[in-house]
Amino acid sequence: MTQLQYKGTGSANGRTGSRYWRGKTAYLGVLPFLLVSGLFLLYPTWNVASGAFQDNYGKFSTQVLKEVFNSDIARKAFTNSLEISAKTALAGAILGALFAWALVNGKTGGYFYRVSVALSSVLAQFGGVMLTFAFLATFGFNGLIANIAVKYAPDTFLADASWLYGKFGISVLYTFFQIPLMVLVFLPTLENLKPQWREASDALGGKAYEYWLRIGIPILTPSFAGAALLLFVNSFSAYATAATLINLSDFLTPLQIATALTSETGGANPAEAKVLSFYMVIVVVIAMTLYSLLRRRVSKWEDRR
Amino acid sequence: MKQPWKVRLWRWTIISFVGAYLLVPLYAMFDFSTKPFGFADKGRTFRAWQIIPSQPDLMSAIVRSLLTAGIVMALILFLIVPTAIWVHLKLPALRRPFELLCLLPLAIPAIVIVVGIAPLYRWISIHLTESPISLAGVYSMLILPYTYRSLSAALDAVDIHTLAEAARTLGANTSRVIFGIIMPTIKTGIVNGSFIAIALVLGEYTISNILNYKTFQVVIAQIGRTNGNVAVAVSLASILFVLVLLLAIPTKKRRSAVLDVDLV
Repeated sequence: MTQLQYKGTGSANGRTGSRYWRGKTAYLGVLPFLLVSGLFLLYPTWNVASGAFQDNYGKFSTQVLKEVFNSDIARKAFTNSLEISAKTALAGAILGALFAWALVNGKTGGYFYRVSVALSSVLAQFGGVMLTFAFLATFGFNGLIANIAVKYAPDTFLADASWLYGKFGISVLYTFFQIPLMVLVFLPTLENLKPQWREASDALGGKAYEYWLRIGIPILTPSFAGAALLLFVNSFSAYATAATLINLSDFLTPLQIATALTSETGGANPAEAKVLSFYMVIVVVIAMTLYSLLRRRVSKWEDRR
Repeated sequence: MKQPWKVRLWRWTIISFVGAYLLVPLYAMFDFSTKPFGFADKGRTFRAWQIIPSQPDLMSAIVRSLLTAGIVMALILFLIVPTAIWVHLKLPALRRPFELLCLLPLAIPAIVIVVGIAPLYRWISIHLTESPISLAGVYSMLILPYTYRSLSAALDAVDIHTLAEAARTLGANTSRVIFGIIMPTIKTGIVNGSFIAIALVLGEYTISNILNYKTFQVVIAQIGRTNGNVAVAVSLASILFVLVLLLAIPTKKRRSAVLDVDLV
């Protein structure tokens, strides 16, 4: 409807010819943006998508695609990636949702609330080099907790820092940035829960657990699942944290891609990197599609701006 | 507001558990950075903090990263925002394709973008410049979804068609309409977008590391290999810096900036 208003301001002598040309010249306005995004966004996307169906000499072939699909190393890395992403998404979603609930139940807009939200937005961006340092300082050799463990509980796994470099260690690190992200994503949802629902439940004699079981959890489930998908994508595409923590190139798919791309020992294999990237994009696209479907259900009750 | 003791108990259990998860590593960073290093030191020392400014590469990397962030912000201001307004005003047919294009980076992890863009940057570093500032191009694409979200929310809240019509009737030309009339009214959205740009550029590691550019994060990682204490001190300092920056921004603006994470 809005574009009609604009047409009203058009030339009074309104010959169809001039209007036709005005319509066409308007398209020139997006040209600079199209140029930049074409270079830095569409070209790499196309490069990966088409490269997945080529061999290292630029010929069309699905051979690399099949090779990687059947490669044990690639499969193992992919499973590791999926497993760690799913686990940390779930752990982060649950802990983050609980923390968001605790925030909403306090004084919203109070000092504690403000600091928590600010801290969350810092820590959600915290992945990578700095996160690795933080956990090395905590659990690594000679780290804070590790030293305490060596002194008082030498038999526990905490005393030996090597656990940090495995699947469990990576998951603990990833969960660290998943929790704050969940807090940020889930806070508005919880704030939009109508207090009237709780009051209605209370007035009809419902207990607290009945409210959560019959009203709270069912109504929050779609947003919770959507947020969890977002976290899944977040850790599935994470590279920096793992890259700075461990040097095992075959441990996770992003690490394997980096190795295939940059290997200095002559093992560089751009075609393999593209194929692995292609598989990653497929997973992310599926997750994001589910996410947008879930959001549509949510927006029915959530007052969204 | 009086709460039943059960709620309060739950609340504080959750806050202390999650809080410990998030804060203990931060404290451990402080603890680690004040540990003695070298044989001369006894007990606690702030030497690691004191020698931050004298690190080779570090200051120049910070300056370069801030410069890159400036260029990204300029690209947002003079390219992305005007295009978004232009599409909104004159090319309704392109709104959907434009939105899809802006949201595309969500489906493509940074590590995948590197794979696709490596040839382009190889060309750039041979023919144009080897400076990491050229990364501004790919960074401005990475934040497109966030910029688009805060922009489209702002553009939907204001009736820009009426504004544009009024301005044209009074004789403003097109660039005046976009830069002088519409952009000031969606200031908050633009500020939010720019803030995300700084955060992204300062925190980016994947692309710059693989393409061999020395940005802030890459240099920190480098320092970490030779001098752990200093690297940890720099990391903690930059976290505290961003935290103070965030707390200084008025609550309302900051929250809408932060919550724009929720996408699509």
